[in-house]
Amino acid sequence: MKYTKSTCVPLNIENVDTDQIIPARFLKATTKEGFGDNLFRDWRYDKQDQPIADFVLNQDTYKGEILVAGKNFGCGSSREHAAWSIDDYGFKIVVSSFFADIFKGNALNNGLLPLVVSEEFLAELFADIEADPSTTLEVDLEAQTAWITGKEENKQSFEIDDYKKMCLINGYDDIDYLLSLKENIAKYEQDRVYAFNV
Amino acid sequence: MSNNKPRTLFDKVWDNHVVQRKEGFPDVLYIDTHFIHEVTSPQAFNGLRNRGIQLARVDQTWGTADHNVPTKDQHLPIKEALSRHQVETLTKNCDEFGVKLYGLGHPFQGIVHVIGPELGVTQPGKTIVCGDSHTSTHGAFGSIAFGIGTSQVEQVMSSQCTLQNKPKAMRIVVDGELQEGVGAKDIVLYVISKLSASGGTGYFVEFAGSAIRNLSMEGRMTVCNMSIEMGARGGIIAPDQTTFDYLEGREFAPKGEKWEESLAYWKSLPTDEGATFDAEFVYDAADIAPMVTYGTNPGMGVGVDSAVPTPESESDKKALEYMGLKEGEALIGKPIDYVFIGSCTNARIEDLRAVAEFVKGKKKADGVNVWIVPGSKQVEKQAIAEGLDKVYAEAGFELREPGCSACLGMNEDKVPEGMYCISTSNRNFEGRQGPGARTLLASPLTAAAAAVNGHIVDVREELTTA
Ligand code: SF4
Repeated sequence: MKYTKSTCVPLNIENVDTDQIIPARFLKATTKEGFGDNLFRDWRYDKQDQPIADFVLNQDTYKGEILVAGKNFGCGSSREHAAWSIDDYGFKIVVSSFFADIFKGNALNNGLLPLVVSEEFLAELFADIEADPSTTLEVDLEAQTAWITGKEENKQSFEIDDYKKMCLINGYDDIDYLLSLKENIAKYEQDRVYAFNV
Repeated sequence: MSNNKPRTLFDKVWDNHVVQRKEGFPDVLYIDTHFIHEVTSPQAFNGLRNRGIQLARVDQTWGTADHNVPTKDQHLPIKEALSRHQVETLTKNCDEFGVKLYGLGHPFQGIVHVIGPELGVTQPGKTIVCGDSHTSTHGAFGSIAFGIGTSQVEQVMSSQCTLQNKPKAMRIVVDGELQEGVGAKDIVLYVISKLSASGGTGYFVEFAGSAIRNLSMEGRMTVCNMSIEMGARGGIIAPDQTTFDYLEGREFAPKGEKWEESLAYWKSLPTDEGATFDAEFVYDAADIAPMVTYGTNPGMGVGVDSAVPTPESESDKKALEYMGLKEGEALIGKPIDYVFIGSCTNARIEDLRAVAEFVKGKKKADGVNVWIVPGSKQVEKQAIAEGLDKVYAEAGFELREPGCSACLGMNEDKVPEGMYCISTSNRNFEGRQGPGARTLLASPLTAAAAAVNGHIVDVREELTTA
């Protein structure tokens, strides 16, 4: 994921919590696949499992690999299922002006980029998408910048640590990395200041 | 590390666990204790299987079944197929990988954040993780404890380490005397209402001050449990005599010489004089009223004697609509349908005692359902040994078997759509207690008082007129 250009799906709601992203009753699966079907379940479908027409995921107008959401996205529980369901649905990037910590970490661990932009930029992006659903956002992960196509002069730079950037660009896995440190870990266990008995 | 610089409790514990620190990379943090449960572990076990590896430190891993378990007739097979499947998968995985499991029917079974401390596994100075955000509970002992996602569960299983960026440090000081009828739950709901549901994001919070020091371990756990509800990574409280007294003699607490050695180490942990924090807030305990939430995040709380505040945003308006509440409406007098006393926030023996003491000789109001769900088998046993079950029965309260229960709409215990539930749990999100359920978070005392009256009351008045 060096560079992405995509139209966006706007979800102009603040404080979207993980229970809205994926309600608890869908957490019972024991594999990671298939969660996309229940992404935003209770906003997407009514009690008879009929699609709710005015929810954005049910509208043909909006498509794309980028979800744009209001401030404090992903607050609530640590359930990683929230990141899986967004990823499984087909989003590669979530844009917001603020993300809850655990969600942010979970997203990055699953190859999903939580992209933090300024409140002004977010407002402008929402306005542009609303005015023209074919608006595209471009994200250059290498340079850590994002801009609305045609508005290159207003580039947003975003933060991501070197490690996660390396992982996202190369599709690298945390566990491979940790397993490579096995000797250091064994040495730590030997030399530590204080060892617990259990 | 420069030597004589004053350090915080958090710094000391964290720095003692860093296996590797490298610029631009997260710290490789060693984990002393890993708790697992049925919901967030199966994918991680699958990951190990796919790689053909074992757990790095099976001796430092503990499992229990809590989220999906029924709280009635636990001796019978779980009715709901998916729940049963998750619980059975946990059993199979623990068998295959040799993990200690306190599953259904085991005398130590219970909510993971209740059993860790009561078994003495939770100890000062440890790093403790679990695939569950309320792992913050264990911080009450002066350990660094935080929730992790399933891929981090897999990290810890495979390497006993997890990759973490060190959070910033915040201190919240609550000084002074609490009013009668006001407790740990009210303190933490008050703090969250001041700082908002995202005010602690990026921070690890040390709770300090005389009002915190004066809390029992149970109360401290309640406070740390909800530190996550202000967005913080976790909460931590310096270990002291209260901590040591609680731990001494527990199943897995150090014994004999090891106990002495541990004490010496634990006593070196509290924050040094002059250590600095990135943010600090000070509150006066006397300002805190019994708290209740009126909205759909734990930051939307007020003193019970206040009115529903004016919404400040579209989200606030949506929350009030969901809750069926109007701005300016008094909370006292609001009828409730369900009372849930349970969850890892408030299902320890002390919570159950406080409720029993309050309801002794009283009866629940007609039409109200009251569920008391102990946090663990041990709590249940203790409650029965003390005769609390009889007090509840006389009051018309139902004492159930341990589990997460109505804290989240995942098992059989759900609050029906549109109903009001005053709950001692930690989350009032839309649909948390069941689709359409309306949750008002409060302390066990406030919940018990509502059960007796059938509507919300100011428990301070109940206590003075009694
Ligand atoms: S009681 Fe509630 S908050 Fe605690 S672990 Fe269970 S589901 Fe989570």
